[in-house]
Amino acid sequence: MTTIQPAELGPDVQELERVTIRFAGDSGDGMQLTGTQFTRTAAVFGNDISTLPDFPAEIRAPAGSLPGVSGFQISFSSSDIHTPGDQPDVLVAMNPAALKTNVGDLPAGGALIINSDAFTQSNLNKAAYASNPLTDGSLRSYRVFEIPISTLNTRSLEGLEMTSKQMDLTKNFFALGLMFWLYERSMDPTLSWIDDKFSARPVIAEANKRALKAGYAYGETTEAFHTHYRVKPARLAPGTYRNITGNEATALGFLAASKLAGRDLFYGSYPITPASDILHQLSGYKAFGVKTFQAEDEIAAIGAAIGASYGGALALTASSGPGIALKSEAMGLAVMVELPLVVVDVQRAGPSTGMPTKIEQGDLLQVMYGRNSDSPMPLVAPATPGECFELAIEACRLALKYMTPVAYLSDAFLATGSEPWRIPDIGDLPSLVVGNATDAATFRPYQRDPDTLARPWAIPGTPGLEHRIGGLEKADVIGNVSYDPDNHHRMMTLRAAKVAGIADDIPPLEVFGPDRGDLLILGWGSTYGAIRSAVERLNADGKAVAHAHLRHLNPFPANTETVLRSYRRILVPEVNLGQLSLLIRARYLIDAIGYNRVRGKPFRIVEIIEEADRLLAENR
Amino acid sequence: MTDPTSQAGAPSGAATPAPPALSPENAAVIALSRKDFVSDQEVRWCPGCGDYSILAQTQKVMPDFGYPRENIVFISGIGCSGRLPYYMNTYGFHSIHGRAPTLATGLKAARPDLMVWVITGDGDALSIGGNHVLHSMRRNVDINMVMFNNRIYGLTKGQASPTSEFGKRTKSTPAGTVDTPIMPLTIALAAEASFVARSVDTHTEHLQGTLERAGRHHGSCFVEVLQNCNIFNDGAWRDFTDREVREDRMLVLEHGKPMIFGKDRNKGIRLNGLRPEVVTIGKNGITEADLLVHDEQAEEPYLALMLSRMFWPEFPVPVGVLRAVARPTHDQLITDQLTAAVARTGAGDLDQILHGGETWTVD
Ligand SMILES: Cc1ncc(C[n+]2csc(CCOP(=O)(O)OP(=O)(O)O)c2C)c(N)n1
Ligand code: SF4
Ligand SMILES: [Mg+2]
Repeated sequence: MTTIQPAELGPDVQELERVTIRFAGDSGDGMQLTGTQFTRTAAVFGNDISTLPDFPAEIRAPAGSLPGVSGFQISFSSSDIHTPGDQPDVLVAMNPAALKTNVGDLPAGGALIINSDAFTQSNLNKAAYASNPLTDGSLRSYRVFEIPISTLNTRSLEGLEMTSKQMDLTKNFFALGLMFWLYERSMDPTLSWIDDKFSARPVIAEANKRALKAGYAYGETTEAFHTHYRVKPARLAPGTYRNITGNEATALGFLAASKLAGRDLFYGSYPITPASDILHQLSGYKAFGVKTFQAEDEIAAIGAAIGASYGGALALTASSGPGIALKSEAMGLAVMVELPLVVVDVQRAGPSTGMPTKIEQGDLLQVMYGRNSDSPMPLVAPATPGECFELAIEACRLALKYMTPVAYLSDAFLATGSEPWRIPDIGDLPSLVVGNATDAATFRPYQRDPDTLARPWAIPGTPGLEHRIGGLEKADVIGNVSYDPDNHHRMMTLRAAKVAGIADDIPPLEVFGPDRGDLLILGWGSTYGAIRSAVERLNADGKAVAHAHLRHLNPFPANTETVLRSYRRILVPEVNLGQLSLLIRARYLIDAIGYNRVRGKPFRIVEIIEEADRLLAENR
Repeated sequence: MTDPTSQAGAPSGAATPAPPALSPENAAVIALSRKDFVSDQEVRWCPGCGDYSILAQTQKVMPDFGYPRENIVFISGIGCSGRLPYYMNTYGFHSIHGRAPTLATGLKAARPDLMVWVITGDGDALSIGGNHVLHSMRRNVDINMVMFNNRIYGLTKGQASPTSEFGKRTKSTPAGTVDTPIMPLTIALAAEASFVARSVDTHTEHLQGTLERAGRHHGSCFVEVLQNCNIFNDGAWRDFTDREVREDRMLVLEHGKPMIFGKDRNKGIRLNGLRPEVVTIGKNGITEADLLVHDEQAEEPYLALMLSRMFWPEFPVPVGVLRAVARPTHDQLITDQLTAAVARTGAGDLDQILHGGETWTVD
């Protein structure tokens, strides 16, 4: 825990600047729910927060097994934070498997809260423990709190008409209650959530409430914990806030874009982790005229979106890497017919099915180049969960203004991670209105706007504009099928120039830290938090290190080269094997140095600091 | 077609003129002719190809629907058939191989006011695009899908297709294909298409009538047109479609009428147990009353499924409408849900949604 102040707050309260808790248990133990409830409570209290859910791909791996462990990490703070924390200060382990898979991340001296009831021989076997860690001394370096959570919880539910199995399902709320006491949180938000959620099942509601209160009371009345901890609200910029995940912000961004463009939203998608939640959320916005289409596959999803775009709608499609692979041919079609479309890729780990719930930034080159021929598409990538809102709108802006498909790259970390988000004023958002072609006298299907090089959007139903488009190469301006060699060269060049020209219409690359110096750390996407935290600490140590983060990856902002050339070394941390660094090297002939860790997990701040220090040492 | 006067679903920012009603009166008012549907593009099929006739019959029936040209869209996949939209003076979209139904589904969902035709081939629809045929049909997407069946891959110069007969020798199957062909209409019926029909490229009047029926149907239409590719599979259907033999070898279906065929109108189809059989009226005491009566509107598609599997030489080849049933269309169901949502909660309020869940204020 970051700052422990002198205990003038009373003998049993300590004030901390930042705390990171990890809840870990079996995937049937409700750890995601526990984590989410703690997050809401911390957010409403006014802490800055950052979260990292970590769940298995299997819906129900065998109970008690190592692959079945589900975790949720939350960092909450009284100051500005950018990551869910490198290491937990507190680990709540609901069973041996959860202990085994997570305890390695807990630093020496960290608090370990354990449900001792779960440490039966059978569970120890399932977690492949040769001896019981509670008794063999292997946990010596931690502050261990063994609590018979299952027993205590069941006792608190006595008299309720429930099976013992049902009772056991509420033990996560006992753990949550204990955490609420330990960190001085109110139980009210969770109590009202329970009432809401289980309004039709009063016994279940009562059980969960009792479990929560029993955990809280346990902290208060037992001698186990001498102290509880206070983390004061953070000083965030004035405004109204809510907690938001990247997927939620993405869906809201698209909804807002539809309103700003004055066009109905059409969203075609085929379920895939971690993109499905965007589909779920948008399908609830029917009163906004949003049409969601769960297609038979990813190809149909993008095909339908292209059809809707042809009809004049604001059309989107979303998937993750494997589905983007299926969409590639149709993305090429969208490039060719020059219709607005946003293709969302919520990246996940690994080639093929890989590790579907884990984190990676491996699809950058796929969306950039994964199509036949030269088939340029603008590409944007949000850096934080909240920023997904803004970048979703930006993707739509570019698509509509330049009549082009646009790739929007999120990832599993952004998608499921959350942070406090300042709700924008709708009046401050940009207008995305673009007109349709209407004038039959002047209409030519491939006549381009001289500034943007966009072709006109001529939607069916407009008299006099009947025309034919398609995947075959078309003659410049008139749009008839053409095999003319010079025309093809011209059209290839025009498509490329249209996308390249966007560089003049996007914000410049901003630098945090010194505007020249020894080292620039260049990132994109969800590595933002770790890089920014690392650079803050390096700067505090007096090191001339700066951070720049790309939100536009095609084209790059116009000042990118100037920025890069202001530093002796460029370090590019990525959760892939070096994709942005390849693009930077190819584009600018600059020796971008990759720092690549592909473990299905986000970077830790210390990893980046160490790598930066290593380069700085070489510099000397 | 869904009520073509409904504006629902038209993009709010788009200037979409109210489409006129689909009616013969309207056709008279709009008064277009075949020529109005001929585009300025030079037709580039091989001379003698069956596609010419299909194009001509399509252009001929278009004025009858009473739609102005701008409200009609032709979407195709890839193949020789895929060229057709270029030749229609309507809106047109030549998409990618097998995927035309997906574009049509999205377009129709976004723009229920349009009349949408899907032009496809046997490879395009049943091989690479098979999945999309199934799903556009089961959803009852209000489209008219016309599949040009020449039992061959024409555009890629003569490989076996999913409808090529077993053992057929082609460029890609010099020793004969080892794949069993599929029956397109059986597939369409199994996929719950609400309108299923067959016609022949050279039977011009019958083809016009069939296209006309499809165009007037509300929901997913699958029309198989037996088409001759005179370059790579010449005469594929000749055995029963030629003028001299067609009456004896084809069964023209008519709703409510007994299944009679033959030059002398003395042959018919009767059910023997669970199997159809060809009988002769007047022989062995068979009368017209013994014959099956066609019912394209039957609730369950047993009869249509049986017809879809009858083929030359065991049976006369059925042509006409096998099935035409009413079912809510995909776009209508989508629109209804949106309307219901607005009725329940009022039109969506963005600011309210942005403030959804718990919020807190920092001063
Ligand atoms: C993705 C993809 N794969 C393959 C092709 C090549 N291709 C074009 S048309 C075609 C077959 C068309 O056969 P069919 O649908 O029967 O149409 P026909 O030419 O006979 O009218 C193939 C394989 C392609 N264009 N796209
Ligand atoms: S190859 Fe066959 S189907 Fe294609 S245009 Fe020529 S004749 Fe017609
Ligand atoms: Mg064919």
